[in-house]
Amino acid sequence: MTAEMLTTILIAMLGGAIRVSTPFLFVALGETLTEKSGRINLGLEGNLVLGAMVAYAVSYHTGSPWLGVLAAGGSGLMLGVMHGVICSLPRVNDIAVGLAMMSFGIGVAFFFGKPYIQPSAPRLEAWPVGGWSDNPALRQALDINPLFFIGIAVAVFLWWGLANTRTGLILRMTGDSEPAARAMGVDPIRVRVLATAAGGFLAGVGGAFLSLSYPGSWNEGLSSGQGLMAVALVIFARWNPLRCIAAALLFGAAGAIGPALQSVGISQGYYFFNAAPYILTLFIMIASARLAAGQDAPGELSITK
Amino acid sequence: MQPASTSAMPVVTLGSTGWRPVAEQVAIPVGALVVATLLFSVVLLVLGKNPVQYFALVWQGGFGTSFSLQNSLQRAAPLVLTGLAFAIPAAIGLTMISAEGALVLGGFAAAAVAIPLVTGAAPVGVTLVVMAVVAMVVGGAWTAIAGWLRHTRGVNETISTLLLTYIAIAIMNFFVEGLLRDPGSANKPSTMPIGKDYMVGAIPGTSVHWGFVAGLVLAVGLFVLMRRTTFGFAARVTGGNPRAALAQGLPVGGLVVACCLISGACGGLAGFYEVAAIQGQANASLVAGYGFTGILVSFLARHNPLVIVPVAVLFGAIEASGGLIQRRMDMPDATALVLQGIIFVVLLASDTLQGRLAIFQPKGDGK
Repeated sequence: MTAEMLTTILIAMLGGAIRVSTPFLFVALGETLTEKSGRINLGLEGNLVLGAMVAYAVSYHTGSPWLGVLAAGGSGLMLGVMHGVICSLPRVNDIAVGLAMMSFGIGVAFFFGKPYIQPSAPRLEAWPVGGWSDNPALRQALDINPLFFIGIAVAVFLWWGLANTRTGLILRMTGDSEPAARAMGVDPIRVRVLATAAGGFLAGVGGAFLSLSYPGSWNEGLSSGQGLMAVALVIFARWNPLRCIAAALLFGAAGAIGPALQSVGISQGYYFFNAAPYILTLFIMIASARLAAGQDAPGELSITK
Repeated sequence: MQPASTSAMPVVTLGSTGWRPVAEQVAIPVGALVVATLLFSVVLLVLGKNPVQYFALVWQGGFGTSFSLQNSLQRAAPLVLTGLAFAIPAAIGLTMISAEGALVLGGFAAAAVAIPLVTGAAPVGVTLVVMAVVAMVVGGAWTAIAGWLRHTRGVNETISTLLLTYIAIAIMNFFVEGLLRDPGSANKPSTMPIGKDYMVGAIPGTSVHWGFVAGLVLAVGLFVLMRRTTFGFAARVTGGNPRAALAQGLPVGGLVVACCLISGACGGLAGFYEVAAIQGQANASLVAGYGFTGILVSFLARHNPLVIVPVAVLFGAIEASGGLIQRRMDMPDATALVLQGIIFVVLLASDTLQGRLAIFQPKGDGK
């Protein structure tokens, strides 16, 4: 392998990391918000798929991809409210409800999405951040979608807000100790429904990226479990929004290995490299499960008990 | 006539709590099914479709004729097995999304091991037994990874099994698109077909393959195992309270791994029948979502192995009628997914009623 090939691979992986990481980032931030309140929503895969479909459909009908993004968030919000309210009923298992919401969200998306598989909707325009470079590959890699920057801004805002605002304090307290929250006069159910709804909104926006930017069309095989991997990513990021950015980029880069190697003509093992993000996630979970559960996990979270 | 005896009283109250808890186990899921059906009907009405026509077509396409009934049973066969694959670990308190991966990897392993056997013209019976055993062992081992990680490292089994499912699909794709690709499979990369002579046949007089019978036998066997043996009792105690089980000296880790092995073997067997009775080879068609529907089947059956069979037939019928509904009502095949999603959500929400409806509570302490 020559140095030139290595550069090409690295640039392709950089571009891939940025492209692929955006939906991971949004879902992971949404999940962080939900889990900070003491609940887990495994159904964000459904939000992601439904968000992708809704964004594409709205963009197609209105001609405005940003309206599509907003509508995708709205659809995610609705699924989030459903999850939040159902899990507020006593004796209902939040992990199982997440699975049910996932199949419901995907079913609804496929049902209403059939007519949108063929037509072409306006996409989100990328920003040519790499305009300064002479290297066309680098320029292409640095055509970055504005949603990526919005995701980073949201992560910073959440990181700051969780630590420094009253709302953030209430959220963390509800997640760490329900009795403490009750003693402070906080209604934990209300906090959790709101947190799940907000988390659902973010996951829906992540879905909009899938259909309106990369891969950039709507079809039924659009998401391959990104919404689920993001849940593992949150554990890896130890419920810290800033670490979510790094984790999402890492996952994006892992997912980009296969296509990057293919771009220089190495197609052997392409399907194996496709599994890289899943294998990476699994190893990270093996390495960090006990550690994360002990230190940074919200106390009320069922997944680490 | 029983001899009157005061000392018999406590035995009666301990031994049976009457019909009410059983009725609760039946009434709440059935009620949830009815509510979900009504909600789905409202959705259909809003879309300008006729719900009565829809359910009439489900009946017609699922049970109406001898052909459609056989079609339903055929589709129910993998669902029985994947339902069992979810139910057994559920008894010990695990939420495993592993059946899809066990099915895919088990089916692929069966197809792979068949290649030298079929090429070497091994006897049909031997080949099929080897294929089935390999599928069950591979599925079981694959699923046991998640159980072992759960027990030793505290890795959440729901997420790890989902990841393992994607890895299983990638492993199959890796071989099917490369090393084990049959040159004849141009458009849809597949392993070498095992050939008509090596296929599992149908139950005489029907078009339903033997996988349905295998599911039936396993359902009965696993019901006995989980409800009538020390193993099943220990597993259910662990599911009820892992700490108490540990304190009692139960081998929790071994029980967890054993339940996962059983689960994976069921999933792998489903994969074997998909390959040996339906597809004739391993390819992307194995990834059909049977593992995920099996989860819903198991929940609706309250993880009771015997009840899984009729519930699987019901969902088999919903899938079997999909084509008819697509043609007659001009609705996409995802309609069944929406119905299943609504059933799933309503069913889990109905858990909140467990033990809270006065009519189902045992009366007093028998005095």
